[in-house]
Amino acid sequence: MSALLDVKQLEVAYGGIKAIKKIDFHVDEGELVTLIGANGAGKSSTLRALSGLIKPVGGTVTYKGQDITGIPSHALVGLGIALCPEGRGVFARLNVHENLLMGAYARNDKAQILREVDEIYTMIPRLKERTAQLAGTLSGGEQQMLAIGRAMLAQPKLLMLDEPSMGLAPLMVEKIFEIINLIAKRGTTILLIEQNAQLALENAHRGYVLESGEITLAGDAKTLLADPRVKAAYLGG
Amino acid sequence: MSIDVLLQQIVNGLVVGSVYALVALGYTMVYGILQLINFAHGEVVMIGALTALVLAKWLLGAGVPPMIALLLAILIAMAVCAAVGVLVERIAYRPLRNAPRLAPLITAIGVSIFLQQIAILVFGRNYFSFPELISKTPIEIGHITINMNEIVILITSVALMAGLLWLVHNTKIGTAMRATAENQKVAGLMGIDINKIIAITFAIGSALGAIAGVMVASNYGQAHYYMGFMLGLKAFTAAVMGGIGNLWGAMVGGLILGLVENVGLIFVRGDYKDIFAFVVLVAVLIFRPQGLIGERVAERA
Repeated sequence: MSALLDVKQLEVAYGGIKAIKKIDFHVDEGELVTLIGANGAGKSSTLRALSGLIKPVGGTVTYKGQDITGIPSHALVGLGIALCPEGRGVFARLNVHENLLMGAYARNDKAQILREVDEIYTMIPRLKERTAQLAGTLSGGEQQMLAIGRAMLAQPKLLMLDEPSMGLAPLMVEKIFEIINLIAKRGTTILLIEQNAQLALENAHRGYVLESGEITLAGDAKTLLADPRVKAAYLGG
Repeated sequence: MSIDVLLQQIVNGLVVGSVYALVALGYTMVYGILQLINFAHGEVVMIGALTALVLAKWLLGAGVPPMIALLLAILIAMAVCAAVGVLVERIAYRPLRNAPRLAPLITAIGVSIFLQQIAILVFGRNYFSFPELISKTPIEIGHITINMNEIVILITSVALMAGLLWLVHNTKIGTAMRATAENQKVAGLMGIDINKIIAITFAIGSALGAIAGVMVASNYGQAHYYMGFMLGLKAFTAAVMGGIGNLWGAMVGGLILGLVENVGLIFVRGDYKDIFAFVVLVAVLIFRPQGLIGERVAERA
């Protein structure tokens, strides 16, 4: 079986400085795969290249067997790829409900969209309580929940999450991961970029470790979690 | 006695102010989404007025009833202006979207001069008299005088502003406009075609400008290639006064500016009327640069 997302020899550079050096990885359908690494390892650059926000200088990105290297970001949604950007990127001056509807912008099945908004509200009750509130007035954790819910309304086959735990209190991070797990269980394939290696590996099927723009370790998440090199570098012991 | 004068000037101020508000909306919508002061907007208003004027005269000459001639002329002028607005964005502003902000600003001034010259080529340098399509026979209400033309201007303006607010806050396209104004990158990730949304913004602002142009021309009974300049500056002042980027601000700013100008006329000679707009502009910039309904759209945390 071929992978849902297949990245080969991907290279990203910022004015001659290589941020990503020919990396390979893949995500199979139904998997939750995580890309972990320290700050500056190139995690966000990878995601930016995948989502059309920057053009890679080399390599190919294949999705469902189709070459999507360097595709503009607004075309991704139609293919079934949603990105939950770093720093959440909710529309602060739109209310919660409007933010969710914008996630479904590319769709026209209004009745079905509203049903799915209700599903999101059931899955994340906190959003339902704040449906008419401006997104800018939500807490960081609530904004992250909203960003994930919004991405889900695009009905993605592949959901890419960029550091969903960033800047959140531990209790809130747990809640976010509960939601991510729920989404994964329902069959959405997830590519999770995380700095919190412990939590990411505990929840993922497989993982890749990114170090200075190169993938240094790859494998089953449980194996990585037990790997002494991962332990030493990312898990504090 | 002087209370009557005051009331009369308030009525006059509301009529003129509602036109300023319509034009100011064009400035503020574009600013909200691109952080660009589209100085060519006044010229779009002028093109709307002159297009409608030529068409209305021609239709009247062909024996079309005045009301139908007016409606047709306005509709076509709206379409022409929307096209001009979209073309200006496509040709002059889009290539500069990632340039330093001074570049599109200077370009906007250039486009303004360009459109004026085009208007001279097409319509000539003459002052045209605008036909009286809606009666301007004075109607006395108490001690206040108003005419049907002014009443129509007021009602139409309020209806258009309510319509725009409804569009921006209650439709998918309006929500996408607000999302794009706030964060173009993330809006793109939602599948919103940003270029399309920006084009629609220009089209709507310009079409509103066309109507405002017809209102001014019919109110003063004349139109000419230079009329967009002062009107544009005043509407820009109104937008800044309300808080540029904010729709409510443009409307409130327009009405206040109209009122200030006309009430001010009680105290000074008519020739000095234009001073008020710029005194207001300077005062706002000094004391409340974010505008009355202050929300800095350009700045984000």
